[in-house]
Amino acid sequence: MFLLKFIFRNAFRHKLRTFLTVVGVAVAILAFGMLRTLVGLWYLGVETSSASRLVTRNAISLIFPLPISYEERIRQVSGVKSVSFGSWFGGIYINEKNFFANFAIDPKSYLDLYPEFVLSPAERLAFLRDRTGAVVGAKTAERFGWKVGDQVVLKGTIYPGQWEFVIRGIYHGARKNTDETQFFFHWDYLNETLKKTVPRQADEVGYYVIGVKNPDRAAEISKAVDALFQNSLAETLTETERAFQMSFVSMTDALMIAIQIVSYVVIVIIMVVAANTMAMTARERIAEYATMKSLGFGGTHIAIIVFGESLLITALGGVLGIGMTFPAAHWVETQLGQFFPVFDISPATIWLDFGAALLVGAVAAIFPTWRGYTIKVADGLRRIG
Amino acid sequence: MTGSATEVVVSIRNLSKAYRRGDQSVPVLEDISFDIRAGEFLALMGPSGSGKSTLLNLLAGIDSADTGSIVIDGTDITKLSQAELADWRALNVGFIFQFYNLIPVLTAFENVELPLLLTNLSRRERREHVETALSLVNLSDRADHRPSQLSGGQQQRVAIARAMITDPAILVADEPTGDLDRQSAEDILTLMDRLVTRFGKTVVMVTHDPRAAEKAFRVLHLEKGLLNHVPA
Ligand SMILES: Nc1ncnc2c1ncn2[C@@H]1O[C@H](COP(=O)(O)OP(=O)(O)OP(=O)(O)O)[C@@H](O)[C@H]1O
Ligand SMILES: [Mg+2]
Repeated sequence: MFLLKFIFRNAFRHKLRTFLTVVGVAVAILAFGMLRTLVGLWYLGVETSSASRLVTRNAISLIFPLPISYEERIRQVSGVKSVSFGSWFGGIYINEKNFFANFAIDPKSYLDLYPEFVLSPAERLAFLRDRTGAVVGAKTAERFGWKVGDQVVLKGTIYPGQWEFVIRGIYHGARKNTDETQFFFHWDYLNETLKKTVPRQADEVGYYVIGVKNPDRAAEISKAVDALFQNSLAETLTETERAFQMSFVSMTDALMIAIQIVSYVVIVIIMVVAANTMAMTARERIAEYATMKSLGFGGTHIAIIVFGESLLITALGGVLGIGMTFPAAHWVETQLGQFFPVFDISPATIWLDFGAALLVGAVAAIFPTWRGYTIKVADGLRRIG
Repeated sequence: MTGSATEVVVSIRNLSKAYRRGDQSVPVLEDISFDIRAGEFLALMGPSGSGKSTLLNLLAGIDSADTGSIVIDGTDITKLSQAELADWRALNVGFIFQFYNLIPVLTAFENVELPLLLTNLSRRERREHVETALSLVNLSDRADHRPSQLSGGQQQRVAIARAMITDPAILVADEPTGDLDRQSAEDILTLMDRLVTRFGKTVVMVTHDPRAAEKAFRVLHLEKGLLNHVPA
């Protein structure tokens, strides 16, 4: 196909210019893909949260605790299958940079409610039996080189002191997007220590997790639970896990919207840059296009040549950008694993990347294509010399 | 020369064209009428800005007139649409430019082949035609060279091969030797002369060069958009 050959040769005529444009598009697409993925992951917790789990927390704020005595009363509510609870521990391993989420939980009921944290039966049993035992996600274990049987010391922030644990199990996610960075230990261990050291912090939990028999009744059950504690010292707010996750996420909503806007701005910027390059290229070649028209080639031929070149260059940039996204995502997983345990580039993002690259090429080509299509032969030829 | 030498192939009548600059209309060609006979080698001369290129472009169908007619081989090309004109050009006119206007990314072979891509000749037929044309301009050994690897004179010879590849009746040349040294210019003129005498082409050439005009059978002088006939 002559036109194809011609487009290819034209595209690589100014090697440096083409190279720079391709790299520019590639970097823009890389940034676009990474930012989109980041935003997507931020909301992933919401999407993967279970509809059959409710979370009960203090109605005033998440940072206020609830009495442990609520457990039994919640269990009485009709439609409730099981109840567990946990407290955000906020322990630090050696220093703040080693951040990972750690919770004091009621071991058996919690693991029952979260089947996505997969433990071998032996490890599970060992964890349940050891009051100072802990289970940790595979990602975090790998990060610090922890093995089953290792002793780990966390420095308390909310609960002062040095807290010693023995790793009894390493859990894996049932799905690829299950968070494998968390650290769980016995709430009893925390509570009994607190009774001796800071009694006023004892017998409190951060939140309850409720398993319901029928997800369709979630709203009704939530209301029933909250009604139990109305006008008590610690009123509750019960919502689905999804809504609960959402309340975290919504705190950063503005930031996520900003990131989304930035991802589009990146595309618009590269569009302008590419349009400028294509316009420059077309201007230089106007006499050639006029010459081809003088030979009998039509406006459509010229339009295909100009448009095709722009698409080719940006498509190359897109492919390169997508190619760079995978090592970049891997880098994020290894270097920023504590924030983004899974940084998966979804197929949708890849298509979106490629679509964005083609859109950049198409928009950049509009003006030069129009010029090439409409240029009068005599006018175009006049530009030579 | 055959009897066809007297046959009129181009007939230009009352041709006028003006360019608009703001509200002002600047006349470039005023009421031009003349004929060109088949197999003629015609030179257009005149001072810079007198409208030579404009006239040449009009009769080659790449610019449009305000009034008047240009009948070529029975077709009034001023009546054709843009698309029809493009098809007409592909079949009937060969172009030779001052700056050769070869496509830089194509080899000599591919440049000459370019007009044939619009025909339905097979690949093999195209190859044969191109090889013949290149040998006519004595550049068979440069078929794979890009324009940048050729001298000005060689590029112009490639351009001539490209202009004649579709066997058009009329060749138009706008200062074909304007950018060449004397020897190369001589070669180009000899080649064009051969196109007329040997192959019976009709050539219309704009030139400032009296030596080039000498080769022509007839010279037309343009002066501020008006014709001064000088018989050959
Ligand atoms: N697109 C245009 N717009 C306005 N004026 C034009 C345009 N093209 C040509 N002209 C004017 O028309 C006149 C004739 O131009 P043309 O190019 O035909 O002259 P020429 O005889 O070929 O000159 P030269 O020998 O320098 O090539 C000039 O005055 C030129 O400025
Ligand atoms: Mg001129």
